[in-house]
Amino acid sequence: MKFSLEWLKYFLETDAGTAEIAAKLNAIGIEVEDIEDPAQKLAGFCVAEVLTAEKHPDADKLQVLSVSTGEGAPLQVVCGAPNARAGMKGVLGLPGAQVPANGMKLKKSAIRGVESNGMMCSVRELELGEEHDGIIELPADAPVGQSFADYHATSPVFDVAITPNRPDCMGVHGIARDLAAAGLGTLKAVEPSQIAASFPCPVEIRTDDPQGCPAFYGRVIRGVTNCASPDWMQRRLKAAGQRPISALVDITNYLMLAFGRPAHVYDLAKLSGPVVARRATDGETVEALNEKTYTLDPSMTVIADDNGVHDIAGIMGGEHSSVQPATTDVLLEVAYFDPEAIGVTGRKLGLATDARTRFERGVDPAFLDDGLAILTSLIQRICGGEASEVVRAGSPPADPKVVAFDPALTAKLGGVNIADPEQKRILEALDFVVADDWKVTCPLRRHDIEGPADLVEEVVRIHGLDAVESIALPRMDGVARPTATPEQKLERRVRRAAAARGLNEAITWSFLPTDQAAHFSDGQPLWVLDNPISEDMKTMRPSLVPGLLSAAKRNMDRGADGLRLFEVGRRYLRSADGSSDEHPTIAVLLAGEKTARGWADGKARMFDAYDAKGEAEALLAEAGAPVDKLMVMGEAGGQFHPGQSGTLRLGPKKVLARFGALHPATLAAFDVDGAVMAVEIYLDAIPPKKGKGGFAKPDYAPPALQAVKRDFAFLVPADLAAGELLRSVKGADKNNIVDARVFDVFAGQGVPEGKKSVAIEVTLQPGEKSYKDDELKAITAAVVAAAAKQGAELRG
Amino acid sequence: MTEMQSKTETALAAIAAASDVDALEEQRLAALGKKGWVSAALKTLGQMSPEERTSAAPAIQAVRAQIADALAAKKAQLEAAELEARLATETLDLTLPAPEAPRGSVHPVSQVMDELAEIFADLGFAVKTGPEIEDDWYNFTALNMPESHPARAMHDTFYFPDTAPKGGRMLLRTHTSPVQIRTMMAEGAPVRIIAPGRVYRSDSDATHTPMFHQIEGLVIDKGIHLGHLKWTLETFLKAFFETDDIVLRLRPSYFPFTEPSVEVDVGFAIENGKRILGGSGDAEGHGWMELLGSGMVNARVIEMSGLDPAEWQGFAFGVGVDRLAMLKYGMDDLRAFFDGDARWLKHYGFSGLDQPTLSGGVGVMP
Repeated sequence: MKFSLEWLKYFLETDAGTAEIAAKLNAIGIEVEDIEDPAQKLAGFCVAEVLTAEKHPDADKLQVLSVSTGEGAPLQVVCGAPNARAGMKGVLGLPGAQVPANGMKLKKSAIRGVESNGMMCSVRELELGEEHDGIIELPADAPVGQSFADYHATSPVFDVAITPNRPDCMGVHGIARDLAAAGLGTLKAVEPSQIAASFPCPVEIRTDDPQGCPAFYGRVIRGVTNCASPDWMQRRLKAAGQRPISALVDITNYLMLAFGRPAHVYDLAKLSGPVVARRATDGETVEALNEKTYTLDPSMTVIADDNGVHDIAGIMGGEHSSVQPATTDVLLEVAYFDPEAIGVTGRKLGLATDARTRFERGVDPAFLDDGLAILTSLIQRICGGEASEVVRAGSPPADPKVVAFDPALTAKLGGVNIADPEQKRILEALDFVVADDWKVTCPLRRHDIEGPADLVEEVVRIHGLDAVESIALPRMDGVARPTATPEQKLERRVRRAAAARGLNEAITWSFLPTDQAAHFSDGQPLWVLDNPISEDMKTMRPSLVPGLLSAAKRNMDRGADGLRLFEVGRRYLRSADGSSDEHPTIAVLLAGEKTARGWADGKARMFDAYDAKGEAEALLAEAGAPVDKLMVMGEAGGQFHPGQSGTLRLGPKKVLARFGALHPATLAAFDVDGAVMAVEIYLDAIPPKKGKGGFAKPDYAPPALQAVKRDFAFLVPADLAAGELLRSVKGADKNNIVDARVFDVFAGQGVPEGKKSVAIEVTLQPGEKSYKDDELKAITAAVVAAAAKQGAELRG
Repeated sequence: MTEMQSKTETALAAIAAASDVDALEEQRLAALGKKGWVSAALKTLGQMSPEERTSAAPAIQAVRAQIADALAAKKAQLEAAELEARLATETLDLTLPAPEAPRGSVHPVSQVMDELAEIFADLGFAVKTGPEIEDDWYNFTALNMPESHPARAMHDTFYFPDTAPKGGRMLLRTHTSPVQIRTMMAEGAPVRIIAPGRVYRSDSDATHTPMFHQIEGLVIDKGIHLGHLKWTLETFLKAFFETDDIVLRLRPSYFPFTEPSVEVDVGFAIENGKRILGGSGDAEGHGWMELLGSGMVNARVIEMSGLDPAEWQGFAFGVGVDRLAMLKYGMDDLRAFFDGDARWLKHYGFSGLDQPTLSGGVGVMP
């Protein structure tokens, strides 16, 4: 909300300057977002008199003026305005001044060969209005030489943010009241003039909707002239960012901005029959002042007459009965609408107006009569006319809230000691009534006061939050205790492990385009937003892979050769009961070159599915998963290459991770070229460590004797998984075989068709005594026999 | 000169002249071999009388030792020369690059979250989390924003069409404050927690993204007041920015879930086009920047969370993590945080080893 210093001072007697006022506004909770001082823009412009005006010798439309600024010799100024003439007074911009409208810096120049020492300005050039037909004409009594900023009585403009709990400050008067309470001056009394009512109100006014419109006050004024509003009002309105329209419209806007009190003025000639606040009928329509037609429903309160709706109550008036230049008789409406109902209607219609903002937050229920009187007297002063008696339908809420307050609460909650009399003074300055027993009666306009804590806030904010001293929180004895949860420790650990492994952590949007999410949903129902910011951010991700894949694409489009991205975040699924089922997950994406071309072999090495497996296993190990117990199985999902992907499972059903090359169809769907590897680890599927509480590790018991290694080469069916063979071999003699690893896989020359050669190194750990030949023979036989069960034969 | 002497000198000269191991071996055999002249001379000792032997033996033994030493010395010399010659053929061009190892990175948001967790752990704050897809009871109603509350509309909320299990609408949480409610309901009081996480608002420009990160702080205890809030914020900001030159300005404000509500500004100066925290915002060349919202938890919120507001009171605050990261580490476009540009991630990211610790300082110098 904007208001000028001059307007504020109309309500507040103060010597404070702009900076002091701004600081105090901030201190009491009225945030100053900006201060604009038009005088700065008008520096270098002054009131000047045109002494002579002669035709430019070389241009038909230009004149050469001799202009007096009251001191020194008259200045020669070339001017193109048709209204420039000898004897008139206007605004001269001197060399060095900057034209507000276009930023042009004025300087001495020659226009068509004639020297010009400044510029006579139009209204538009000085950003005072839209008019640009000629230069500004000032009244004859304008003092020549005075700075135009002073003459024009420009005033700094404050732009403040009013929090939604303070509709009483959505008018300059309310702000002045708060400032006065904070000691910045004295609030000037506003005494509404007594209106001489010369006839009974000729219009019947009713409220048939006492819930939505508890009170509807009105009166008629006959014989008004809807002229332009006076300068002083226009200046205040413009400073507040309101465009002057006509006196009647401007006066209602003025009332709203000065007192936070919206009102409405109807052209009486357009009304017929009683004017009634009622609920709209279903499907009823109204053309509003913004020239849009709204379809209403019975939850909405309207003001209507026999012919239809004239006002969406408390939100926007209707076009049909709006005041026009020719309007002579008017009906004034000052009503109280239910804040909640206004909010509901406004949201349904998607209509945000200054009136709605105020009614929705709650206007002052005690300001209907005064508001109507002020409105009437302004109209009569500016537009003339005779006022009818006031008609009052219904009544606004009148029961003030009484809060049992304990001034000690201010120190207890606010942390600042303020003497009781000062607390009382502050509350009373804000129009609270404080009884001897500290029962505090709240002014009706303070809808925000609910309990004692609100009164603490009033006292503390007016007293000043600066006065609150920092007090250390009580601290636990000794060293701070660990606070991270197991889930957090896990996430931190895998994140830093991934970074240490050379992966770059990205954070991608939680929402995806629906088709991308669907591609990874595996048929699970998705969370789809009702009101996404764009179609690209509509559906919550069921997997972290698509976000990383899109990021990879963006990187590749920028020329990246190889990418190692990871993300730690949640997948968003649904529980059976409709609540959110969010799963902490880490995903890795490897794309393009694993290593760039190097001098050693001249070839780039691309990522493959084994790289994905390597990341999966390494990160699972860091996460504390029992990696040696994991099984590599299939079914990574349709998004993956069917022959180059897998899952890592703890038992057949518990999937801890999936990994592998993405399916070419997935890549096509994301418009990505080249193979891409992905890993997704389900962090919440990893069984927690079963610590017994202590930090001690199991005893260190190195075997007494050195381990023995034996190599075996088997011919196996080409489609036998090496893992199956390894598992059989390891299981052949669990007492002696501690490890087995594949060190060669070969097919082709020397290996029969349909077979492959798999070489395995078996590590044997002797116990107390070294192996004897027959023992080694027995173990070898067991290994061969176990392998044979998988269709493997020992190579000769 | 005796014959022995002249033979010795000849042999020593030949040993010194030997050009390779083979030539040296030849000399060894000639002198010390089974048929060598020194060996022959030694054999003569057997035929001598004891007196003759006593006088002749030392001379012969001395010759043997002299030649053996010369052989060994020469052998070492030749071997060293040979090794040197071989090594000379094994030179590598070490200006060629070593195999590349990729450098990974931790996202600045994660880093700052860890930094904050470290600082607040020292202040005794535990870390709590909650769902990001919430219902409107936790996100609004329990935080004293009933259905019709104008503040609801100000939250630019993303809604789902779905109904929550216990009624109401499902939505993306607009703040981490629902975690306050969940924690108080689940664990009662006293409470001293932070709740970091993703939050969502339907807003997008250079300083707003529809998804961002927030950290919520909540202290519920007996006798907690605004002064404790002020101290906590000052203490955490000084620790986070690792400077004592942090000046806060508290402004009264309004949040439905706190009463009194306090908006916190921090003083800054502009240096080289970037905001540098420090100094009073009222000082020359300085300004105030809105940093976070806070206040004393509204009695209604405490009540709705199942606690007795007559017994328990406390404060809450919420601050944007992305914003803290930008202020501390100098990024200026929030949108880049979520783009996944590997160049940006490497530039602004942190080493996996940069785990913040109190002893090492929670910040990481570039």
